[in-house]
Amino acid sequence: MITESVAIKGIRQGLLVTLGEGEWSSLLTALEAQLTENPTFFSGGRMAIDVGDRRLIPSQIEAMRSLVAHHEVELWALVSGNAETQAEARGAGLVTELAPTRDHQPPVEGGDDPAGRAVVRQGTLRSGQSVRHPGHVVIIGDVNPGAEVVAGGSVVVWGRLRGLVHAGALGNEDAVICALDLAPTQLRIGGHFSRSPEEQRSRPVPEKASVVDGRIVAVPWPGE
Amino acid sequence: MAGRVVTITSGKGGVGKTTLTANLGAALAMRGQRVVVIDADVGLRNLDVMLGLENRIVYDLVDVIEGRCRLRQGLVRHKQLPELYLLPAAQTRDKSAVQPEDMVRICDELRGDHDIVLIDSPAGIEQGFRYAMEPADEIIIVTNPEVSAARDADRVIGLIEAEEKSPARLVINRLEPSMVSKGHMLGVADVVELLAIDLIGVVPEDSNALIAANRGQPLALSNNRSRAGHAFHNIAGRLLGEEVPFEPLREPRVFERLLRFVSPERS
Repeated sequence: MITESVAIKGIRQGLLVTLGEGEWSSLLTALEAQLTENPTFFSGGRMAIDVGDRRLIPSQIEAMRSLVAHHEVELWALVSGNAETQAEARGAGLVTELAPTRDHQPPVEGGDDPAGRAVVRQGTLRSGQSVRHPGHVVIIGDVNPGAEVVAGGSVVVWGRLRGLVHAGALGNEDAVICALDLAPTQLRIGGHFSRSPEEQRSRPVPEKASVVDGRIVAVPWPGE
Repeated sequence: MAGRVVTITSGKGGVGKTTLTANLGAALAMRGQRVVVIDADVGLRNLDVMLGLENRIVYDLVDVIEGRCRLRQGLVRHKQLPELYLLPAAQTRDKSAVQPEDMVRICDELRGDHDIVLIDSPAGIEQGFRYAMEPADEIIIVTNPEVSAARDADRVIGLIEAEEKSPARLVINRLEPSMVSKGHMLGVADVVELLAIDLIGVVPEDSNALIAANRGQPLALSNNRSRAGHAFHNIAGRLLGEEVPFEPLREPRVFERLLRFVSPERS
């Protein structure tokens, strides 16, 4: 998901938006456009913004914060190479240094296709925890009830999926969701959503969910 | 050797944190451990009632923090167990009166003269939970075999993992074997599978526990052991590193075994 100078990627603490070259006001317009186009992906998330070496004054920082807040996104960190900007950001109560991405494997680069980039997370994703990433997401572990995965691409859960997963959250209806035990609270792919059947299966089998004729359908995985 | 600080928490309220703290404190003291139990639920204190020490309180946790008394003066000694002390919560204040550093300072001081400090955490995941967690060397999560309690326990375990505290251990409280075998209640295996942490105890539902709490006489103290009292002693043993096997709560009857055999669904 890269427009000219607004790059968005998933990090451990939420999303990191990097504002590159270009006029400040047009960058903000581009960011706003991203937020407006994909409300389900951004809404309720946390965002860090890297502004490069720009010198920002407090009113610009506040304007940026209220811009994202308007889309229900919390601005929690502002990264900059400019010491004055850093000081202003700290004054505004923002974090200015991101902790190293401890439990993320380095993203797998998928060539020039930004949607091809994936993150891997190891361990159980517990209630209240979430993973948001514009590319694919792989969870090695369970996704428990109350946990949330929101991905621009597809989602693979090597474990039990019992929480909420939204694949193709940036509008990609070809995204799929795979799990060793697919028993989610709710699944969403693109603009479609579905719940699990009420009855419990006695023996779970790996399944793959995708959109077929406008509905989310789960089939055994690998298929016949 | 410096004492250990063990925080008992749950996320959801009413699952039995205070009951476990009182009984574990008594069971450990009966094993010769020098124990302090801290009621960290400032504003909603209960541990004193369960230990029958309500009328002996002079000072409390907030008095110690704000320097109105020395730590030693704040400790209330148990009537029967001379090695069990309570540091009661303040009832007329709220959680904002305590900072995480205060708890660390108090626990560091207690470590010198005591083997185990048990902290009874408030419910929730806000400030009270934070300051109760800060000094912990070990953590015990209490849950009931029900979906909402397990969900909250999962949330709390996630927060503890994010703080990179040592892995928490689990107590499943108020289990009713008959409800489980009918499929009305989650079983031990279901809860452990969901939460994916080590189990340190299973306490069966026991109406004696309520009576004991109202009398201020923890079950673990009683001579004729109730089922729950027995379970609390097992947990105390495991906390001290003893190998205490998990006993089946009740052998399933032949007829139930047969049923389970014909319908291979999860029990």
